[in-house]
Order: sequence, then structure tokens, then C-alpha cells
Amino acid sequence: MSVLVDESTRVICQGFTGRQGTFHSGQAIAYGTNLVGGVTPGRGGGTHLGRPVFDTVQDAVRATGADATMIYVPAAFAADAILEAAAAGVQVIACITEGIPVLDMLKVKAALASYPHTRLIGPNCPGVITPGACKIGIMPGHIHSKGCIGIVSRSGTLTYEAVHQTTGCGLGQSTCIGIGGDPIHGMSFIDCLRLFESDPESRGIVMVGEIGGSAEEDAAEFIAAEVSKPVVAYIAGVTAPPGRRMGHAGAIISGGKGTAEAKYRALDAAGVRTVRSAAEIGAAIHALVGA
Amino acid sequence: MNLHEFQAKDLLAGYGIPVPAGRTATSAAQARSAVRALGGSAWMVKAQVHAGGRGKAGGVRRAGSLDEVSAFAEAMLGTRLVTKQTTAEGQPVSTVLIESTSDVEREFYLSLLVDRGRRRIAMIASAAGGVDIEEVAATEPGKIVSEFIDPVTGLQPFQVRRIGFALGLDAQRRKQLGAVLDGLYRLFLEKDLGLLELNPLVQTSEGTLLALDAKIDVDDNALFRHPDLKVLEDPSQADKKEVRAKQFDLNYIALDGSIACMVNGAGLAMGTMDIIKLHGGEPANFLDVGGGTDAEKVSEAFKLITGDPAVKAILVNIFGGIVRCDLIAEGIVKAVRETGVDVPVVVRLEGTNVERGRALLSESGLAVIPAESLADAADKAVAAVQRPASPSTTS
Repeated sequence: MSVLVDESTRVICQGFTGRQGTFHSGQAIAYGTNLVGGVTPGRGGGTHLGRPVFDTVQDAVRATGADATMIYVPAAFAADAILEAAAAGVQVIACITEGIPVLDMLKVKAALASYPHTRLIGPNCPGVITPGACKIGIMPGHIHSKGCIGIVSRSGTLTYEAVHQTTGCGLGQSTCIGIGGDPIHGMSFIDCLRLFESDPESRGIVMVGEIGGSAEEDAAEFIAAEVSKPVVAYIAGVTAPPGRRMGHAGAIISGGKGTAEAKYRALDAAGVRTVRSAAEIGAAIHALVGA
Repeated sequence: MNLHEFQAKDLLAGYGIPVPAGRTATSAAQARSAVRALGGSAWMVKAQVHAGGRGKAGGVRRAGSLDEVSAFAEAMLGTRLVTKQTTAEGQPVSTVLIESTSDVEREFYLSLLVDRGRRRIAMIASAAGGVDIEEVAATEPGKIVSEFIDPVTGLQPFQVRRIGFALGLDAQRRKQLGAVLDGLYRLFLEKDLGLLELNPLVQTSEGTLLALDAKIDVDDNALFRHPDLKVLEDPSQADKKEVRAKQFDLNYIALDGSIACMVNGAGLAMGTMDIIKLHGGEPANFLDVGGGTDAEKVSEAFKLITGDPAVKAILVNIFGGIVRCDLIAEGIVKAVRETGVDVPVVVRLEGTNVERGRALLSESGLAVIPAESLADAADKAVAAVQRPASPSTTS
């Protein structure tokens, strides 16, 4: 068991024949991901990396039965790519692209309300991986190992750090989800925690947060109420300088939430085992879950 | 990207939002001709910098004569304005805005921004404008009203009414407010703004609403589709090194410590700064080299951090995903050769192509200190700062 993706997931790539799409599709295939094709408008009918290329996501889904996609198209076209995948019925959409205008994501989120079974991961994220089964994204596959820890993170490279350490201590990972660092994104900490809580293979959960927003505080509330499995949390940005900001609106809307200290306080109060050093994530979850 | 007040007011005027009559000036002579063009008997002279708190810092003055305007402009131009929102260095004043004064009857606060939690554009208003609005939000939250705009329906008349009644406006002013809020919402959407703040928006003694001050921040990610806004960028308002970093697509913020870091990913960069501090050191900067980096970018990143004389050691922490370790290693080798780095460089590489990366570093013959893990890297960097490698021959 795992969450979101496994051996049977049929994956396509949007932006398939571009530089990033080509490199990371190659990596995904090498990892053993069931990559069934890709989409590049105008290149339909051809093949790339030994897989069929389609003009539209709809064509790709009809021909291959794809149920997941990874998006590598440039930021200016990424919102359109997400909506195209949702409209074609793709269930898991991992958008790797960074730098998407925030108002584009505002519209995408509103539109996704019409697709209750579609799950968007990202944007601006490393993607999702179930070790040994399915890699959708830019994470280096070889640092992962099949195991029992579910990892959810707002930061790409800090996800790798948590993976590296849980591999190092022998626990391995059930599934790792990078939810992305953009102000408006798809799946939240809570969405992922809920999946890990009901996944029998996940025995513990690592949550990696960052300063800004209130997603970690919201997650703390959810954990206190609904998560029975051990959770380790790390929040990056204790030493981050307060951003030079203009005006007062941000401070009014945040109402004191958003600092690393506020997040740690909320998580501690929820019974989460918090660590102040990113180097201690592995040891902390190992102590809670055991060998 | 922040705009100057005069640029923000130009945008507002284009969307039908009333602003005071005004002219910019870059010299005292231009200030005098601005006054002649504006007419009247009193004027505001406002330093144009990317920071708030100008009034208390002497950057906003009321002048009652042509000579006074000229003197205030002269005194502000060419100086650096230090406010509570700037660094101790302050922001350079190269332009002043000369405006006609208005008889203010009431002052309001009004702003729009994206509320990430609600995934809506929030419109925030308060009848307690012109004063410390953050203080009001903290102590009297009831004096602040917020409306969250559904992207499908847009700003609704009932939302305008709720804000209008909360501000205590009469029927005529509520009608005016409707046009103002409608214009602000359209401006926010069409120009991809991150923040739009009017503090204060005033009601004049003639009964009209007027935006006396305006702050606008544009979403950097959307500048590609707004060439008209891109040209308004004023690099003189940003830290020189940060501007240089931006040219190479690097995310850099200078800090006060002695251990420079170069990291891929904002989260890991913050995590690296945090662990340096936990292990007893002080980070000299935040530097995220981002995804899709190459040797040239890494080389530029190195030049940037070694330009800080306070730096006594460098910690490179790269966990490769999109960024390949061999490319990072190439960049490190190139940069250390080109810049003649003379402080210890602790390197921790992990991830894609890590063996090739490590091999490139060891074959280079450079004095880099390899680290096994994040904690090990922090330890070694802190140790390198605490006992300087070797005494300099020139001292």
C-alpha cells in the first residue's frame, strides 16, 4: 500500500519533448515508473523516449488510460496545462513548474472545485514518489527506499533531506509528497496527513514546513483531532530575517501567525514531536516508530 | 516588484480612482516649475522611496510657498531617507512628488491582497485610517472589515455596501466608493498585483474620495505579461548585491554573520541558516541558487558571497534534484579559481550525479572541506570560523 501513486499508476508527461520534460521523463522511466506517453501540442503521432506523443491530454487519456500527469511546461502556460489535465479526467496532477503568477493559481483553484476527484500536487514542488513503484517529479530516485514513513513537505530540497535520513535509519518511505511552496497550491498538509493516517503501510509521518502562511498551524489542529500515528515536524526559517515589506495588509491578514516560533508552538501543543535541526528528523521519527 | 508612489498613482488614475494633482521633480528647478503648473497656495513634497514611514522620517513635508517647496525638494533630493521600514543606510531619493494639498475631513484605510489561506483576493477597510493600522488590527479588530472576493463572481455590490456602511459613508459617498472599489479590483486583477494599499484614502471637505497615498507591489512572476510595468522597476531602491543576484536568477539576502551559505532551494537554505545558528555560528546570507542552475550561475553566486568582507567561511549545501551535483561542482571549481577564494569552503553534496560531483571537486586540487551530512557541514563551517585556517603572510 501507499498513497496517491503505485505500480499500477499510468503516468503521462505534459511538456514531454522539452528539455526538463525529456530529462525527468527519462529518469522516471529508468526508475520503473509506468510512463505511458506524453503531450506536446503539435507533436502528436510521433514517439519520444520510446513512448507515444499526443497533441492533447484528452487524446493521451483516451489512448493510454493515463490517470496521473507530471507537468513541466513553462510558467506562462502551466495554469492552462493543469486545467487541461483536470478536464481530461486525470486524477493526480503533479505540477513541477515554478514561477506561476499567483492570480493564475487563484483561478485554477477555483476551477478545480468542479473536479472533486482530481488531486493537484504543487505547483513549484518536487512531485510525488512511492519508492520502488512510481516516481512523478524531479526528486533523485536513488535516495529513496521502500518503507513505512509518509513524508509531506512544502520545501523541495528539505524533502530530500528527510528522505535521506529516513533511508539512512532504515525506515524508508511509504510515499513522499512535495506540496510546493507557492502561496496558492493544490493538496494541503491536511489532505496528505489524512491519506497517511488511513494508509496501513505508513507507520509514522514526517512533516516539513516553512515560515509564512498558516498551513502548519491548521495542520497542528487537524493532527490533534484526527491523527493517531506519530508525527515529527521541522519548520525552516527560525533565523530568516523578517522580509522587507511594504504596507500593513500582510500583517493584518496573518494576525500573528506565520512565524517559525508560532508554528512550533502550535505543533508542540498538538503533541507533535518537533525538531529544531533539519539534521535530527531521521533520528526523531526512528525513536517514535522504532526499527 | 514595488512601485513608487507616483507610479502607483498614475496606475490608479488610469482606473478612474481620484488622486491629488501632482508632478514629479528630480531637481529643485523642476520642483518650482511643478508648483507653477499645479497652481494653488500649499503643496506636499514627498520623497519617492520604496519604504513606508516617510512622514515621521521627514520625507513628506507641507510647503506654503514656492521657495519652501524648492527648499524641501533640495533637502530631500540626493540624500538617503532612513525610516523604520528601511535599513540603517536608508533608501536613495532621486525623485520627489509635488502635490496639491487637500482639505481632509476623514481618513480611511483600504487595501487589496491575496489571502493565501482563503484563496481569495481580500479587500480590507477601516474607518481608522491614517494612524497605525497594524495597532488597530491587533487591539481593535472590530474596526477592520474584510471582504473576500470570489474569482468567479468578482466584487459584488453587497460587498461594496458592507464596506461603505462600515466606513460610515453617506449614500453619495457609498456610490463613489463603489466606483473606487470596482476600479481597484480591476487594477489588481489586470495588472497582477500582490498588494494595493491606500493609506489613507480620504474624504475631502468637498465630499470627494481621494487616494492620498498609495503602495503597489506587482507579482514578479507575472511581469512577463506586463512590459508596461517592467519598465517601472527602480533598481536603485534595492540592495546592489540583490540586484546583481537577480540578474543571474539567484535569490540572495545579505545578513550580518560570518558564514556564507550557498544552497539549492529556499527551504533548505533556511534550514542551513538555522543549523549554522544552532551549532553556534551566524549566517552571512540567505542564498538560494534555485532549480535549473548551471556552472555560470554557481560561479556568480560564489562571487556574490565572497564580495562580503565579513565572510570567514563558506558552506555549500546542495541536495540535487533538478540541480545536478556535477554541474554544481563545475561551478565551484570555476568560481574558486576565478575569484581566488581565501576562506575555507565546506562542501556538502548529495543527490543526482553526486559521485561525479565529488570526483570533480577532489580532482580539482582545491582546498575544499568535504562534509558527510548537514550536521557535519555545520560543525565544520563553525569550526573553520572559530579557528582561522592559517595566518596571512601580509599581516
